[in-house]
Amino acid sequence: MTDATFIPADRPFVRAAMLAPEPPPAAVAGFSGWARANLFSGPFNTLLTLVCAAGAAYVAWVLVDFMALRAVWTGANREACVAPGTGACWPFITARFGQLLYGFYPADQHWRPAAVFFVAVALIAPLLIPSAPHKKLNALLFFVAFPIFAFVMLRGGLFGLRPVETRAWGGLLVTLVVATTGIVASLPLGVLLALGRRSKLPLIRFLSIAFIEFWRGVPLITVLFFATYMLPLFLPSGWTIDGLLRALVGVALFSAAYMAEVVRGGLQAIPKGQYEGAQALGLRYWPMMLLIVLPQALKLVIPGIVNTFIGLFKDTTLVAIVSIFDFLGIIRAGFADPNWATPVTVYTGFAFAGVVYFIFCYGMSRYSRFVEERLDTGHKR
Amino acid sequence: MAESVVDAEDLAKADQVRISNETAVEIIGMSKWYGEFNVLKDINLRVRRGERIVICGPSGSGKSTMIRCINRLEEFQKGQIIVEGTELTNDLKKIDEIRRDVGMCFQHFNLFPHLTILENCTLAPIWVRKMPKKDAEELAMHYLKRVRIPDQAKKYPGQLSGGQQQRVAIARALCMKPKIMLFDEPTSALDPEMVKEVLDTMVGLANDGMTMLCVTHEMGFARQVANRVIFMDAGQIVEMNEPNAFFANPQHERTKLFLSQILH
Repeated sequence: MTDATFIPADRPFVRAAMLAPEPPPAAVAGFSGWARANLFSGPFNTLLTLVCAAGAAYVAWVLVDFMALRAVWTGANREACVAPGTGACWPFITARFGQLLYGFYPADQHWRPAAVFFVAVALIAPLLIPSAPHKKLNALLFFVAFPIFAFVMLRGGLFGLRPVETRAWGGLLVTLVVATTGIVASLPLGVLLALGRRSKLPLIRFLSIAFIEFWRGVPLITVLFFATYMLPLFLPSGWTIDGLLRALVGVALFSAAYMAEVVRGGLQAIPKGQYEGAQALGLRYWPMMLLIVLPQALKLVIPGIVNTFIGLFKDTTLVAIVSIFDFLGIIRAGFADPNWATPVTVYTGFAFAGVVYFIFCYGMSRYSRFVEERLDTGHKR
Repeated sequence: MAESVVDAEDLAKADQVRISNETAVEIIGMSKWYGEFNVLKDINLRVRRGERIVICGPSGSGKSTMIRCINRLEEFQKGQIIVEGTELTNDLKKIDEIRRDVGMCFQHFNLFPHLTILENCTLAPIWVRKMPKKDAEELAMHYLKRVRIPDQAKKYPGQLSGGQQQRVAIARALCMKPKIMLFDEPTSALDPEMVKEVLDTMVGLANDGMTMLCVTHEMGFARQVANRVIFMDAGQIVEMNEPNAFFANPQHERTKLFLSQILH
């Protein structure tokens, strides 16, 4: 306590010099300060910290032990993995790797989905990196040219490419095709539905509500089942719709309904003053929505949007119910192979599937955090 | 800052030349209801070009609602509003036309937080007036200089003080080159230290001959700038007079009570 800060109670006081800011006391700064405040503040919290740390260490040990330490890395068939106490049987994965990626796509044509995949990565990566140039051209290529390219390449039948029926597609290829189409289609559809649900025109509002409530009211499995086995009954004989296309449309519409409600939540959070500010400047409905309201609303609900994306990505596994072999489906199909019937085959397969799904979903999650932080313009009002 | 402090007499002299007999806004027998509640009752008001009108009154008296009817942020159910010769109807084209001519500043600024100050100002000229981006930016910088914050152009609204934000809001409205400006309690959300910078900007605007309708409780501003002061209560115009007479010699009992409450 110095004289300068002593304020007497019985006399008037005038500060002689303003105080300069000081660094914080050592006890609250640095790692040790953080750990003391958050992990070891009192005996009960210290105990909790130790128990949780032990639990985490145990789970990590089990995973590393099974997937790496006791794992078998090479082998030609089940003989390599039948010894008791064996960990993950990785040769099961490597031997079937082509199938895991492409399903029953003809082996001599594997270069086609591979090419599509690399073009997709080459187009998506710069789209996701904010500093990459030519965003407009890039978006045009990805959203307009790429789907056509991918369709022709995968489906074939044009430019001398051998036709490959979608029934032969499978593995990660199908998972990514369904997920990408679902993600790219569901966001704009969801935005339109959300705007429709808040429309002043009764017909548009009614149709939007009906659509959203219908698709949210039925399970995805029912949708896929209906589309595959019942839709043909309603169509004129001789009409068929491709099985994968049916699943694609089902998944896209299904997630659009969820997306609509997420986006609506964001729209409701935008203060009325933003609409009034835009209207007072003479902006009409669409410019107001596209330039003022939606950019703010969508930014607010990025966590919800990515949540829906991740849910959609994992829901693609449900297409297995209509005999489409997605990534998980093709792994499970491998369990029946007598060549690889070992006690650890099932665990290996699911562990591998878990790791792959986790990489994709965690990647989306991290990217959404990055976008949130980037779009934060430091206003909170 | 000195140029914005205007002598009331100078202003009055200049006004004789400036205020024409042409009508900028005419409100005829306008009434408005929120459901059963009659918020505005038989409003009649003619505002001439170049005139500056200050509207005061207790909260809930309908003063904000009245000026918000002029650019159709609120609908009214009875009567007529004619802005610069165009009658406000449900016709969207007419509404667009009027909104292009009428600028507005709000109590809470209503800047767009996801856009920079410059983008806030260029948005409407580009999308409503279809101005090339470069011209719009030049125009925006011109008005940002006028409200004395050109150096903040690249920042976001959240990084500015309240007074600076309100000045940006004024510049944003001016970029549309409005013929009439509406102010809806522009200083009542500001910290006391920021009120003056906004009022100075508004005085500067008045000095340039802008037609203004201001809802405000800044009585000093009313005295200095207004041609007429309107007092509203219970959804109607209770008293209207030129400022000196209005403050020195209010006629209606309600006005006297109101003034005695706010002028201490």
